Amino acid sequence: MEITTRGLWTLVHGMGFGALYLLACSGALVELWRRYAKDDLSPISEREEAFLRWYLLAMAVLAWITVLTGTYIIYPWYRAVPPVGTANLAGYPQRLLLSNPATSGWHSIGMEWKEHVAWLVPISITMAFAVFNHHRRNLRNHPELRATVLSFMVVSFLAAGIAGFFGAMLNKHAPVEGGPTIRVMEGESR
Amino acid sequence: MTNGSGAAAVLAAGLGSFTLAATAIAADESSTIKNLMNFYHPTGPLSGVTTAAILVWIAFWIVLERHWRNRNVAMGRVGAIALVFLVLSLLLTFPPIADLF
Repeated sequence: MEITTRGLWTLVHGMGFGALYLLACSGALVELWRRYAKDDLSPISEREEAFLRWYLLAMAVLAWITVLTGTYIIYPWYRAVPPVGTANLAGYPQRLLLSNPATSGWHSIGMEWKEHVAWLVPISITMAFAVFNHHRRNLRNHPELRATVLSFMVVSFLAAGIAGFFGAMLNKHAPVEGGPTIRVMEGESR
Repeated sequence: MTNGSGAAAVLAAGLGSFTLAATAIAADESSTIKNLMNFYHPTGPLSGVTTAAILVWIAFWIVLERHWRNRNVAMGRVGAIALVFLVLSLLLTFPPIADLF
């Protein structure tokens, strides 16, 4: 069982940071919607408040790591230009996709959307963290601000979902592979 | 506690998101802007588009924070404007829509 370093980076970026962000997003949305509503009269403990602060901070860090690894580590491998006359485009995912009309849309729509829409996520969640860190339980007294933050978080969830979906489909049709191979464990041969 | 800081963060996020989408379209349409946005060659114009948007977002945030931090602003209106910018960004990054420009 082996994996290339480029494959491992793609795995860490998508199934690690990206998927973890999506999972975390649903939890934060529920917490912010349920516990910080104006009509919720139950007191919010300092522990609960601190938990959500750290939770949102962790989400913001995750979002930034995801877009930065995607943009500056994986994307250069994806868009690498093959030398003239290269027949096997396996190491050049963008060119491989564009070489076939049946797959070119995964680049021209999928990657073109993913590479930009993903950046709405760290902007939105950093804002959500900053607002919560400033207002904390007082956010209950600002229902319109809370509603706007929740809306941004829903859009960030949607944007992360779009980026994640196209990332998975792109990797299915033209995986980013290459670099030194890491042997994970020895398999049985029959 | 006033809502000014929160409103500043929200509107700046909307404006920063919109800047990202608008700059991406501009870089796609103009070869001059495309070349200008090529901050880091292996990543290409995406490096400049995203860096420019982040800088604009932070600049808006600092300016709005300075103006609004001790004030109460019309959060309903500010929130609605910020959300319009955000939804526009989501739509404008979608290539079939971006290609209309």
